[in-house]
Amino acid sequence: MTGVFFETGSLFSGPEPDPAGDAGHPDPPARVGFFTDTSVCIGCKACEVACKEWNAIPEDGLTLTGMSYDNTQGLGASTWRHVAFIEQSAPRQVPAESAAPDGRTHLPLAEEDPQRPAGDVRWLMSSDVCKHCTHAACLDVCPTGSLFRTEYGTVVVQEDICNGCGYCVPACPYGVIEQRKDDGRAFKCTMCYDRLGAGQEPACAKACPTDSIQFGPLDELRERAALRVDQLQEASVPEARLYGHDPEDGVGGDGAFFLLLDEPEVYGLPPDPVVTTRDLPAMWKHAGAAALSVAAGAVASFVLPALLRRKGRR
Amino acid sequence: MSGTTTGIQGKGHKGRRGKGEELMVPRAEFDSYYGRPVIKAPSWKDRDIAGYFFTGGLAGAGSVLAAGAQLTGRPTMAKALKISSLAAISLSTAALINDLGRPARFAHMLRVCKPTSPMSVGSWLLAGYGPMAGAAAASAVTGWLPRAGAAATGAAAVLGPAVTTYTAVLAADTAVPAWHGAHRELPYLFAASATAAASGMALVVSPTRETGPARCAAVLAAAADKAATAAAERRLGMVAETYRSGKAGKLMRCAQALTVAGAATAGLLGGRSRPAAVAGGLALLTGSALTRFGVFHAGMASAEDPKYTVQPQRERRRERAAETESRGRSHTHPHS
Repeated sequence: MTGVFFETGSLFSGPEPDPAGDAGHPDPPARVGFFTDTSVCIGCKACEVACKEWNAIPEDGLTLTGMSYDNTQGLGASTWRHVAFIEQSAPRQVPAESAAPDGRTHLPLAEEDPQRPAGDVRWLMSSDVCKHCTHAACLDVCPTGSLFRTEYGTVVVQEDICNGCGYCVPACPYGVIEQRKDDGRAFKCTMCYDRLGAGQEPACAKACPTDSIQFGPLDELRERAALRVDQLQEASVPEARLYGHDPEDGVGGDGAFFLLLDEPEVYGLPPDPVVTTRDLPAMWKHAGAAALSVAAGAVASFVLPALLRRKGRR
Repeated sequence: MSGTTTGIQGKGHKGRRGKGEELMVPRAEFDSYYGRPVIKAPSWKDRDIAGYFFTGGLAGAGSVLAAGAQLTGRPTMAKALKISSLAAISLSTAALINDLGRPARFAHMLRVCKPTSPMSVGSWLLAGYGPMAGAAAASAVTGWLPRAGAAATGAAAVLGPAVTTYTAVLAADTAVPAWHGAHRELPYLFAASATAAASGMALVVSPTRETGPARCAAVLAAAADKAATAAAERRLGMVAETYRSGKAGKLMRCAQALTVAGAATAGLLGGRSRPAAVAGGLALLTGSALTRFGVFHAGMASAEDPKYTVQPQRERRRERAAETESRGRSHTHPHS
């Protein structure tokens, strides 16, 4: 994308069928993405490890949080996949014929505790990642053009361009991208741009043992996700819902979307994210009006005292 | 996808268990992932970025007043404001470069021109404004090239207002609730605060007979500052808490008090007493700086607490669902 002096987008928000094409890629391949089905995530963190290994991400702290089995805590400059562990007390009724996939048997729980009603505690696990938004605020606000849209419709940082201004960090509605402290530049998931170019799937999806992380053309993933949600709801999991799949949402739909078993905020995800640049035309308009008011105020300040003095003299 | 939720809102169940101690702390009325923030707060340092908001405003509005002073025959005020604008914009540029993660790569800012990035727009604005402010000041100090100096003064006065207000867009064009939520009001607050600072500077550096316009501008700016702050807080709803409590609350209260007191002192006594004018001017300058630091820290507080991200978004989603439902109902029963 170097050499593009004026980068403008006609669409700030809303459905956008061809982000790569609109970013200037002639005849781009199909847009790819992740569908993370958290209902089959077992919290093994193979995705976290595979991501770190493949992308050679530095170690970023070996602390015990004490809050749960999650000691990674969240996405950041050196954590591009993050497995959330949610331990919650939930009044969950496990149906007799539960949602065991075909061919697998359900084992009974070890010991029924009379003090604890069945299903009192449940664990939710979810592997979080950069959403590769259709309307990506990080990319929109980047002043250097370091962040760019790839031919696959993903969003990637060019590390030789990033000057560490940090503007993308608060712009992201999901709190994904971050500056590395000792380096200053911003880093995030590239959806393994190098592997995509070689016809490989991203490392996290490759490593996932339960297919909780699925990679593929976005259209195909959306269809698959819709089927899976129906399947779960028929199997008495009414709380199953998709998150980030809708091209009509505040970011025009995510390139990485999720099947969740609770409200998004429980997983640390924003309930109704909106790309900040949706309101940018209004902001520029008000800034222009405010700039005019500075000039008008100054003119008034020079004219009013003169008028008053003349009146006083009369 | 039904709306049924069996999340950790199941507080009642646990609480009603007869025996044993209450293990859970009472739940807040919103959910979060162990209280961790949803968005990431900027890594910007307040001295650099809030300081830049202040010095940029002082410089930009100062250039406007300097042009007015030159046009109306107030040479001391014009010259002093040109010097203060150059000093302020130099300081702010240094602060901006210092805040980069890779300061050596600051020139990458001018690699592209992106209207979708307020920081890119600002970089180009500074690249245009800075030399103009510099030329205006240089000509005023040395007396050389008075015509070119006048042209530079005019150009700086044209670009100055944009320099004062684009910083509001810079802050508002983020996911930070206290900034984005006030994206309509922040430019006016920044405009008012910049004018207050510049008129304060004019009061400090100019002889009494030249400060009439500065006193008038100070009063106008203080009134506009108060109105814009009130409007922003009204718009923000529960997020306005971040402007009223904690560090930001303290800063905003001091800022308002100093701005009002400074404008009142300047307006009522500044025309007769030089010490009063200087005191009023200093109060206005400090008030403006504190306003920017207050806005900065309100934003940080709103980014660090997930409730300011989650609650307004949940509210928005609920309203939208209710709207869709009522529309759906009127479609199915068009006559009811």
